[in-house]
Amino acid sequence: MGEPALDKPVLEMRSITKTFPGVKALSDVTLSVKQGEIHAICGENGAGKSTLMKVLSGVYPHGSYDGEIYFQGELCEFKDIRASESRGIVIIHQELALVPYLSIAENIFLGNEHATRGVISWNETLRHAKQLLKRVGLPDRPTTRVADIGVGKQQLVEIAKALSKEVKLLILDEPTAALNDEDSRKLLDLILEFKAAGISCIIISHKLNEITRVADSITILRDGGTIETLSVSDGEVSEDRIIRGMVGRDLENRFPDREEYTGPDSGEIAFAVEDWTVHHPIDQHRKIVDGVSINVRRGEIVGIAGLMGAGRTELAMSVFGRSYGRDISGTVHKDGKEIRTRTVPEAIGHGIAYVTEDRKRYGLNLIDNINRNISLTALPKVARRGVINEHEETRVAESFRKTMNIKAPTVFEGVGKLSGGNQQKVVLSKWIFAGPDVLILDEPTRGIDVGAKFEIYTVINQLAAEGKAVVFISSELPELLGMCDRIYTMSAGRLTGEIPREDATQELLMRHMTMDKTSNGVGAGS
Amino acid sequence: MSSPVKTDIQDAPGASPKDGPGGWAPILLQAMRSNLRQYGMIVALGLIIVLFAIWTNGRTVTPLNLTNVITQNGYVLILAIGMMIVIIAGHIDLSVGSLAAFVGALAGVLIITHHWSWPLACVVALLIGALAGAWQGFWIAYIGVPSFIVTLAGMLVFRGATEILLKGQSLAPFPDGFIKISSGFLPAVGPHTNYHNLTLLLGLALLAWTLFQEWRGRRQQIAYDLDVLPFGLFVMKCVAITAAVIAFTLILASYQGFPIVLLILAALLIVFGFAMRNTVIGRHVYALGGNQSAAKLSGVKDKRVVFLIFVNMGVLAALAGLVTAAHLTSATPGAGTNYELEAISAAFIGGASSSGGVGTVLGAIIGGLVLGVLNNGMSILSVGSDWQQVIKGLVLLAAVGFDIYNKRKVGS
Repeated sequence: MGEPALDKPVLEMRSITKTFPGVKALSDVTLSVKQGEIHAICGENGAGKSTLMKVLSGVYPHGSYDGEIYFQGELCEFKDIRASESRGIVIIHQELALVPYLSIAENIFLGNEHATRGVISWNETLRHAKQLLKRVGLPDRPTTRVADIGVGKQQLVEIAKALSKEVKLLILDEPTAALNDEDSRKLLDLILEFKAAGISCIIISHKLNEITRVADSITILRDGGTIETLSVSDGEVSEDRIIRGMVGRDLENRFPDREEYTGPDSGEIAFAVEDWTVHHPIDQHRKIVDGVSINVRRGEIVGIAGLMGAGRTELAMSVFGRSYGRDISGTVHKDGKEIRTRTVPEAIGHGIAYVTEDRKRYGLNLIDNINRNISLTALPKVARRGVINEHEETRVAESFRKTMNIKAPTVFEGVGKLSGGNQQKVVLSKWIFAGPDVLILDEPTRGIDVGAKFEIYTVINQLAAEGKAVVFISSELPELLGMCDRIYTMSAGRLTGEIPREDATQELLMRHMTMDKTSNGVGAGS
Repeated sequence: MSSPVKTDIQDAPGASPKDGPGGWAPILLQAMRSNLRQYGMIVALGLIIVLFAIWTNGRTVTPLNLTNVITQNGYVLILAIGMMIVIIAGHIDLSVGSLAAFVGALAGVLIITHHWSWPLACVVALLIGALAGAWQGFWIAYIGVPSFIVTLAGMLVFRGATEILLKGQSLAPFPDGFIKISSGFLPAVGPHTNYHNLTLLLGLALLAWTLFQEWRGRRQQIAYDLDVLPFGLFVMKCVAITAAVIAFTLILASYQGFPIVLLILAALLIVFGFAMRNTVIGRHVYALGGNQSAAKLSGVKDKRVVFLIFVNMGVLAALAGLVTAAHLTSATPGAGTNYELEAISAAFIGGASSSGGVGTVLGAIIGGLVLGVLNNGMSILSVGSDWQQVIKGLVLLAAVGFDIYNKRKVGS
């Protein structure tokens, strides 16, 4: 490792092929990462990114795949994760693997404790932890419980943990998916610092703007094969260029065209929330949503932009059957009349649907099949006097499978086996089946690939064209700009702006989204 | 016992048949795989029955003994049905044994000490069971105390209450009518035929009804343009059902006929099997167990469902208590000991998942029968109760272990 020649590859994966029963997940994939570079891997969901990383880190042991892995010039045959970690290859998964009720220091050295004959030396542990935290720029004390710090900081703890293992190649799987822009920026800066210190890095991300910012090379996977490796030093790589590689076609238009709703009642306000205030469920003096008023017209798509902690999800969930928070005040109106939405069944009864941000935790019963997930919200529609007509249920589910293009052989396929995009289509189907007039969509395209996104946009447009009122919560500004007629911005629980489509730009939105509490909120609907 | 066969084959919708020569085996395999635990247990149950029959030179399959297996295990099967539903919803109930004892004691006090008519006492006992279930359900659903804790408390409370009620002593004897709940049979009517006439009739009716259901289900599936079993396979299935029903009917009919307990069980199996498979509330139970947050956000009234599940469990525990009291012909403070553990074992052997969301009522019955047949067969082979416990424990571990191992193999 004396003087690493910059062009020498630190990692080479040669013609990696990995098959699962009936599926070829990777076929003849080649990946070459240079010493000290940041290498991005892009691809649609199911393209094989995670599988490739699992092969590299030894989750799939040597022998369960074909092909060769060379790390620092040596042929490696990892039999488990420990083997790859001992060589300095550390992977940080999308779902953080921290134990919430242990301290930062305990988490950093979990499985790797500073101990002699099984007895932990706490002084050494804390000293070393402090040192590592300094390196990742985390000011908290190492004795703080992980449950008490935010996701952004937790991500840093994971990185500190990786550093404690003398990492030479750091693999980050969707590191910024759960972070707000501020934390994401910090994280990316940190990775750039590591690069300067000679640590190579592989980063998997759906956020193309981040990739174009930090990556030196970009390898694109599609359908389990390597499509190409783009080198940033050869010239600017644009997001469109990457997308073209990922989907194999030019997406000149990432957002589908939309038909306007021209029903007799078009333009009427279908749904309005007034002066809505929600307190934190535990810390009851903290206002999570503070005096927010919004409205949506028939056939209109209204966006809500905001950073993490702005209170968007909390607003939506508290309106939808008081599923979040306490001491809630304010009124909800539908078609001009005040309605009660104190419980979820009440809200559904008034034709409101909430498509949750976290589909695995709140949206789906992962151990059940497509069929039963779709029918759950509106079982009475396929039942008579409490008895379900299973044939009718299956017919309905089948029709959704076809119209929504859910990729599964039958509706009896387990939802847990589907890809993120297809799971999201099931969630949408389930709420469309409920027949709502108002749809609140919370991050409906999070973590799903470009092709599936387009399909979901198309569905949303169609719903609006049918005269439904759509509230669209998203963290991706281009998506809001591409889809919405109007965009509200929130910051720290307050409404800070209402911007019509014509005036909206990313910069303007971001300015409103980062307004602090002291600046004046802009009243809505007035 | 014909509805079992019907229920689980329909339960295996993974069977999307490709018509054509040689297409049957894969369809069967796929259907088996998608419901492996239950098919596995049916096969295991059959195997155990055959093995014991061989080891005991057929003593276990005499009409007398088969009738005994049913009357002796009635209480476990009743409890297992309720327990299965509780476990599907992601909860547990440790109090059922104590509650059964308490209800038995109450029946004893009402009937023997206070000379109530026994049917009235039974109705009151069931209501008390419902009330006890409601009490526990209230704490679990509306206050949010974990079911493990609430029912652990209930286990102590009801056991203590039983002893208070009986002052530590047994009460006997129950009147004949009451005892018939456990040891009675349908009355013999009609001409003398060497067989029990009413049982034959009942068997025939059951057969006709099952075959009609099969045929109707198939018609509907075709009408809805869904995949159906190839016709040959369908006929085979019907023949198998017919054979099973006839064999079972003849065995029962050649002894004293249809036991009352079996009648109760069959009714429970049909009602609860239907409720869990085909009704909105049954579906809500599965949804809650599978993902409580998602179910709640889909409009499932989670608290009410959980409350009702425990009320139901209370009623079934009370029923099991009555059957036990009738079986013992007395109300004793020690009745129902370890019943909760047997019911929980039955549910898990029969395919429940410890994380909830999975299981069928039929599975609970099969799990209960596996345990019952093991008990009975080992007793006839004069295996001591010490070894019986060891073996039952290992069977429970093996059944669940095999299932988890199998799932992992499919999953990776």
